[in-house]
Order: sequence, then C-alpha cells, then structure tokens
Amino acid sequence: MKIVESWLREWVNPELDTEALGHQLTMLGHEVDGISIEGADLDGVVVAEVIEFGKHPDADRLSVCKVSNGEGDLIDIVCGAGNLFTGMKTPLATPGVTLPNGLTLRKSRIRGVVSNGMLCSAVELGLGEESDGIISLPADAPVGAALADYLHLPDAVIDLDLTPNRGDCFSLLGIARDVAALTGAELKNASVESVPATIDDQLEVEVLDAAGCPVFAGRVIRGIDPGARSPLWMVERLRRSGLREIHPVVDISNYVMLELGQPLHSYDLGLVKGAIKPRIGKQGETLTLLDGTDVKVKEGTLVISDDSGVIGLAGIMGGLSTSVNDQTIDVFFEAAFWPPDFMAGRARLYGLHTDASMRFERGVDPTGQGRAVERATELLLEICGGAAGPLVVTEARDHIPKLTSIRLRRDRITRLLGVEIADEIVADILVRLGLAVANADDGWDIIPPLHRFDIAIEADLIEEVARIHGYDSIPETTGVAETPLATATELRIDLETVATTLVARDYQEVVTYSFIDADADECITGKESLLKLSNPISSEMSVMRASLWPGMLEAAARNAARQQERIRLFEMGKSFHGSLEDHDERVRIAGLASGPVFAEQWGSKAQPVDFFDIKSDVAALLDLANGDHEVTFEALVHPALQPGQSANILRNGEAIGVIGKLHPRVAKHFALKRNVFVFELDAEKTLASQPTEAELVSRFPSIRRDISFFVDEKVSSAELIKAAASAAPDLIRSVRIFDVYTGQGVEVGLKSVAIGLILQETSRTLTDDDADAAQAAAVLKLQQEFAAELRD
Amino acid sequence: MQALNELVANAASEIDAAGDLASLDKVRVHYLGKKGELTERLKGVSQLPKNERPAAGQDINRAKQDVQQGLNARRDALESEALEKKLAEDAIDVSLPGRGQDIGGRHPVSRAMLRIEKIFQNAGFGIRMGPEIEDDFHNFTALNIPENHPARAMHDTFYFPGGKLLRTHTSPVQIRSIVKEGVPIRIIAPGRVYRCDSDQTHTPMFHQVEGLVIDKNVSFANLKAVLHQFVENFFERKAELRFRPSYFPFTEPSAEVDVRWEEGKWLEILGCGMVHPNVLESAGVDPEVYTGYAFGIGVERLAMLRYGVTDLRTFFENDLRFLEQFR
Repeated sequence: MKIVESWLREWVNPELDTEALGHQLTMLGHEVDGISIEGADLDGVVVAEVIEFGKHPDADRLSVCKVSNGEGDLIDIVCGAGNLFTGMKTPLATPGVTLPNGLTLRKSRIRGVVSNGMLCSAVELGLGEESDGIISLPADAPVGAALADYLHLPDAVIDLDLTPNRGDCFSLLGIARDVAALTGAELKNASVESVPATIDDQLEVEVLDAAGCPVFAGRVIRGIDPGARSPLWMVERLRRSGLREIHPVVDISNYVMLELGQPLHSYDLGLVKGAIKPRIGKQGETLTLLDGTDVKVKEGTLVISDDSGVIGLAGIMGGLSTSVNDQTIDVFFEAAFWPPDFMAGRARLYGLHTDASMRFERGVDPTGQGRAVERATELLLEICGGAAGPLVVTEARDHIPKLTSIRLRRDRITRLLGVEIADEIVADILVRLGLAVANADDGWDIIPPLHRFDIAIEADLIEEVARIHGYDSIPETTGVAETPLATATELRIDLETVATTLVARDYQEVVTYSFIDADADECITGKESLLKLSNPISSEMSVMRASLWPGMLEAAARNAARQQERIRLFEMGKSFHGSLEDHDERVRIAGLASGPVFAEQWGSKAQPVDFFDIKSDVAALLDLANGDHEVTFEALVHPALQPGQSANILRNGEAIGVIGKLHPRVAKHFALKRNVFVFELDAEKTLASQPTEAELVSRFPSIRRDISFFVDEKVSSAELIKAAASAAPDLIRSVRIFDVYTGQGVEVGLKSVAIGLILQETSRTLTDDDADAAQAAAVLKLQQEFAAELRD
Repeated sequence: MQALNELVANAASEIDAAGDLASLDKVRVHYLGKKGELTERLKGVSQLPKNERPAAGQDINRAKQDVQQGLNARRDALESEALEKKLAEDAIDVSLPGRGQDIGGRHPVSRAMLRIEKIFQNAGFGIRMGPEIEDDFHNFTALNIPENHPARAMHDTFYFPGGKLLRTHTSPVQIRSIVKEGVPIRIIAPGRVYRCDSDQTHTPMFHQVEGLVIDKNVSFANLKAVLHQFVENFFERKAELRFRPSYFPFTEPSAEVDVRWEEGKWLEILGCGMVHPNVLESAGVDPEVYTGYAFGIGVERLAMLRYGVTDLRTFFENDLRFLEQFR
C-alpha cells in the first residue's frame, strides 16, 4: 500500500524525518518496499493565470496566450493545450527554469511568435503518467505562488508491503495508530463529525443473510452537481496513492477507503430498483460488473441485489447497471461489514482482486461503517453539493464479532521471548495499541479492539508486546539442549561421497527442474506420466519427472549449442513415480557424458566416450559401498537407450539402475547430435553398505594361469568369469578377462576370449600340480557350460 | 727404473686425461692389471734383499692405493657426467599441461546447501526429508493456514488434479517430523520447494532449509542467537542482523531477518518465528509445556550473496561456463 507522507502526517506527526519514519514502519512490521519523492525539482514553476488567449496565426493547434505571474507585464506564451480558458490557473515555467524531465526552458519563437515560457501538464512536471492538457489549478490558487508550495510538494510516497494479518493497516488510520503506539505521538482525526440529515429520504435495505452482512450502513444524498469535479488536492492524494481520478463520487469513496480502511460503494440512486438486498448469491445468476465484464455468480458468494436481480458482487465490485455516471444526481452510499469468513478467497473465484476485496478478506473494522459513510457524506456535500438523508445502519448484533478477553501471563512473555519485560512497559504498550488492559493474578486480561483480527490468543499479544518493545531489545541467548551423540553410519554411503567421486571423475553437477515436458518424460519412460500439474507454468514444465535424464539432456543440448563439445553432467535429486493416489519419490543419481573422454590434451588422440568409460564411473560409485554384494550388468531393452548398448545394473539380483547409450531417436528429440551415454541409479539401493569384514591376506605367492578359447559371441563375459571362478572356488581368487576379439581368424558367431586365473591359498604355497588341476577344472567347466573350444 | 713417485704422477695425469670409461680402464690395466707396472713392481719386491722388502712393499702398495683412488674418483666423475648428460637429454617442458581427467564441480546451490547443513549438523541438528508432492493438510492446514486464508494466495501453489500439490515450503516437514519423532526435536529440513511464479526474481522451483527446535523453554532470544551465529558462520565474517516483525501463519511472533550488506543496505535473507500454538497442537504437542522456534532459509538467496551471483535464473540454466566457476 502506498502511503502519502503529508497525508499520514495529518493523522500522526512524529518527530521523525521521512527516512526515520520509514525505518520505524519497517520495524513495526510494515516493511517499506521503497520511498519515492513526488514533485521534486519544481523550482521556478509558479501558479499563473491565463488572462487572454487566441489562435496562433500560422498553426491551427497552437494558441497564443497572455498570462500573469502576478508581477510586472503579462507574459506571452505559445501553448498547444486544448483545455485553455480565460482565467485558468495553471503552472508556468519561464526561461531558465529546468523541469523534472531535464528540459531547461529558453525564450523561443514558435512559428514566428515569441514564447517566453511554457504552461505545463502533469506529465511535464513529473506529477503523473498521463495528462489531458495542461494542469487546471483551482480558481483560488494564488497567482505567483511557487507551485511546489501550493501543492505541498515535494512529498514522499512510502510503499508498504503489508502483511495479510493486518487488514486494519490498509488505511492511514491503521498505520497512524501503529505509529502513534510506537512513537507516542498523538493520533489525530480518529473521530469523524456526523453530518446531520437535511432530507428524510432513505433507501430500503433488506438484509437477507444476516451472517454474511452483519452491518450495512447506507445513506441517500440527493441533488449533487453532476458537473462537479474532484478537487486537485484529492486527485493528487489519490494519484500519489496509486488511484486514478474517475468521478467525484467514486473518488470520494476511494479517498475514504484510504483514510479509514472501509471500502464504500456508491450507487446512482435513480437506477436502483426497489430495496437493496444483500444476500448469498445463487447459481445461474449473472451480472455485468463496473468494468464491463459479465460474470456468473458463484454459489456461496455474497451479492447485492435489487428488484432487477444481482447488482453487485458484495465487497468485490459493483455492477454497471446502478453505477454512478455523468448524469448522476442522487447517490446512495453503502458501507458494509462483509465478514472475512464470507470473503476469503471469493474474489479469486472470479479471477478478481480489488482494493475492496483485499480489505474485506483480511477484515475491516465492524464498527467503522457508519463513520465511513459520515466521512464520505461530508466530502460529497463539500465537493458536489446536495442534501443528505439520514445515516441508516442495519445491524445483526449476533453476527458481529464480539469483544473477547484474553489472558496474558507474565511468565509466558518471559518464556516465549527469553527476556523479562517490566509490567509497566507491557501494560503501556498494550494500552497504546488501543487494547483494554485489566490486571489479573498472573498478568493481565486483555480485550483487543474489533479492528484487530490478528489478535486471538496469548501468543498474539506477546507478539504485540515484542513488536512495540522492539525485536532489537530482545537479547541473543544461545539455547542449551541435550545433544546425545549421533551415529556416523557405515550402513549407507553418504550422497556427498557419491558427489565427490563424480566430481573427481570430472562430472559437473547440474540442478534441473523437477517438472518437465510431458513428451520428454514419455520419450524416456515409454509411458504417459500420471503426475501432471493442473496449473503448470508452461507445457514444458507440466509433469513430474520420472527420470533425471530429460532435464540433463536439455542442459546438455543447451551447452552443446554453446560450442561445448565435451559435456559431463550429474544430478542428484528426486524422481517421481506412480499415480497421484499412491506416488513414490525416489532420490536418483544420474550422469551423462558426451564428447571426448578427456578434455583436449597434447600427446594423445581424442577418444569419444563409450559405454565402458561411463561403466567405469558407475563401477566406481558402486564400489564405494562395502560388504557382500554382487553387481551384474545385464543387457536391457529400454525405451530411451540404444538396444545392444544398454544394461540393467543389478546388485545381488535387484535392479538398482540402468546405463547405456542414448537411443538416436531420443537424442534427436533433445536435438543432441553427438553420442550420449547416460546412467541413472536409485540412491537408496546404490548406497546401502556394510562395514567391511576383513579377510586374511595370504602370505604365499600367487600363480597365474591363462586360458584362451573360442566361444559363442552371445555368451557374456560375466557368465564366463562366473563359471571359471566356480570351477575351483578354494583356489581361484579372481578371474580377469584380458582379451576379447572377433573378426579375422575367428569364425563368424564366435569370439576369442582370453582369461587369467589368479590362484592362491592362504595356508600354503601352491604347487604346479594344484595349478594344473584348477586350470583343468576351469577349462572343463567352460567346455561343459558354453562349448568353449580351447585355442592352441 | 723410473722412480715410484714419478710412476704415480704419470698414472695421475693419464687418469685425468681419460675422457671416458673405456680409456680410464686402459689406464687401470696399464698400472694395476695383471701385468700392470705397479703389479710387476710388487712382484719384483721378492728379488730385493730381505731387509729392504717391507719398506719397498709398503711404498708400492701405497702407490697402488693412490692410483686406485684416482681411478675411482675419475670413474665416479665420468659416470655422473654421463648420467647428467642423459638426464639433460630427457628434460621436458614442465609447463606443458598434465594429462588425464580434469575435475568436475558442485552446483553452487548444492554447495550453499551443504554448508548450511554442516553448520547446523555441527550444532546437533538432525537432517530430515519430506515429500515434495504434498497434501493440503501438511502444506497448509496443519501449519495454521486454513482454506481461503489470504496467506494461501501468497503461495502461488502448483496443484495436481484431486488436490495434491507441490510443497510451497519445507515447513510440512516440521509437522511430519514432530508427529513421527515427538519432542524435543532439533532438526533442519533441506529441499526443493515450488511456487507458480516465474520472473526475474522468481523461479518456479527453488531450495529452502527449514529449521525447527522444540523443547521446554525455547525462546525468541535463542532463535535470535542461532540465526545470528548461522549467518556469521555462513558468510565467515561478522554480520549485522535486523529482526523485523512480520507475519507467517505458522509462527507467532514472526520475524523476517535482514543482513546489512554492502553500502549499508539491508537484505532480507530468511523468515522465522516462534512455532504457533495451533501448529504444536495440530502435531500433538502441548504448547503449555513446549515452545519452539522455526526458520526458513532461502538457499538461492544465500548462494547469490555468497558467490556474487546477480541473476537468480542463472542457477537453473546450467550453463557450464557459469557452473565451472564453482570447483
């Protein structure tokens, strides 16, 4: 909310400069977003009077005027404005004066006619974003006076970021109350004079749902001047507060709303059919709003109706059919208390957010309706004339919030804030805030005023005490807590260790969005996601990712487009699975590599990354985990991966991840031109570990025996190793594959494989006979299981 | 016959003149070989009268030793000369870059998150996680944000059909953790959160670290201390903090915390407050017995300040040229 400083100071005027006032507001909980100075740099601009004017001899759109600045000769001015009239009071800038837009005026000739200055519009003076001709000042503006003095400029506009709990502060009155409580400065203007009725006219008000409309204040004012315009001071204050001049009656409503926080609505009395009937709206009802849009009434929202049907959305926006207009002569003011329970979220149902709805949702003072109508009446009679009927307030007492007493315990303040605050200070703060304070055994009984919707429990009162006493006055005390020792587990590898390992292997971590394009997701998973957002930011961010790959592939493609040829990324984050009724979130570790294995380096030829390069990275991660587990890679058919170059990763037979070359079709989808290799591991399954159970290391030498053979090329290396190792489990410590070859010299469909058996015993040195026996057993096993054919 | 000392002198000059190991060996053979001059002389000692033999033998042996020492010294010199020559030939340009794998890097948001976690873990805070697809109860209702509460409008929530939503803050983890583990409790909950908002200063996904401490006698003064210590440890310098009253439905009193930054500007870095009694009650904790504080740290905000990043969105563009700065 924008607060005009000069206006606020009419309500409360603490001895603080603008900046200090802003600081105090911030420290009260009304954060200052910014302070802008209006009407600075108006030095030399004075109030002038147009004495006479006529057409420019050579230009249709220009006028030649003689204006008075109150001293000496009349001044010749050529002016392009269309709203000139004799006797007009308007700002004048003469040669030498620099306007806020930086223009320094000089004596000039415009189409041959001398012009000794300029009559100014609001835009030219930095007093508005739009203007309709030059500014027309009130007739009583003193000619020759400095414009800044006359308009009380410069003036600061303090932009406050108000919190939603303080509905009462969406007004000068509310802010002034808080400032007064904090600074001790006097709160002014709090009471409003009542305007006596001079006519008896009333508009019948028939409240049909009292719970939704506990207070309805109305008043008829007849015979206003339809040609009246809002005075400059009001227009200026509204403008500085961010509101446009619309119609005097509307402007007055807005002005009073800014002052008191009570939104008002004004009707053209002549257009209202029968009685005003506030009630709950019904399905099927429709209405054209003030702004011309047609809406269907939502069930359960409050409306205003008359005999013609719905004529307004209560507390949100009035209807067009009864709105005040240029011909309006008789006016009906409405100020109601629409309870927050009936207002919260309702404007949103209509896609609306208005100054009125915002205030009603947060709660307006249920005792302030009459006051607001009195104030509006006072201003209307002053500006537009007319005769006021009696103020009529229709109340349903049962539905008006009741004053309730809250116990505030002394020791609770100390306990919650961690500081003792003297009784007198506590009581003084609460009294200054307008709360009724009575002493009780262990503290006080407090009755907050009805405009404070945010005070319901003891903690709320403690916050008030802390807020006014000052958060700065609360000390910093390090808390003492029991901190039993926590474990440093070996049952799970830390995700950070995984990250460190990947970083050491030259992977760069990325963070990609959890919601992705539906097609991209399907492209990876091969099925449609069931986790679709109802209100995504865009279609590219509409489903929850089932894999980390799409985000990473997109990142890879973007980097590739920026001439990065070597891309190695990893991400650790959640993937989302299942349906909305029963979804599963699993942390995954995913990696991507494309381009050369190593960054370009001298002395070795660049080699594009392949399956086995990233397999070794994955193996390194899997090797972080200790304990008895067997990891196998099994060929896999996967929608996102190239068949024949992709594998399931299993630990003790349980699938824990996949690895492979991105399918060219998928690569194309992501606009990736190079081969891309990816892996993705389930973190929880990958990181399970156990403390090492150390084995005795043999002191006896090992013997190596190599076997070379031909075998069906479909037999996997893993199978061969497993079979060979099982031939003499007591002697064979490990089996390594050291050569695999297909091609020339090898029959089609076969491959040549060479394996090494590492033989060792922990209790004795092996003999050649032992080794021969183990080798023979391994050969036999390979022959039996895979029809392996020994090579010479 | 040549005098012994002359012979030794000749040997010495021949040794000096030997330019390589082969010619040095020739010198050795000439003097000390089986038929070398000194060897022969030693043989000749037996021809001498008996009383002259010991002295002559001693003299010749000394001469042999001298020559042998000269030979050894020269050999060492020649060998090390040869080695140095070979090493000189092996010299490389040490300024050439090394080969092999470079090093990757962590994402700056992860780095910041990790440091936040460490700082709190060192003070005995446990780390808890919660689901990112949340239900209305945990994200709002249990946190004292009933349906239609104006605070909901501030949250710009992403919804799924049927009412589930993406958590708008890490605060639901508070509720889940209290219900699961009871009190006292001392935890942080880091993670991703989502708001339906995207512009220069907002990304639809960002990271928060929620903190929660509930115990008997936990006060606002404790909260002030812990956050001040946190900020100073995170930035590794003295920091001036400003606690300013604010509003969160789940804390009372509530505060936003600003840190004084360059040019004396106050920058908002986090929100906090004393856990609202309604929240304690909804998690089954008696607010008469227990009090607590909670805070929510915006990780990106801290990372921006720490690393001088000026545009929030760069965190999620994953441009390697940007990321590679964070090793």
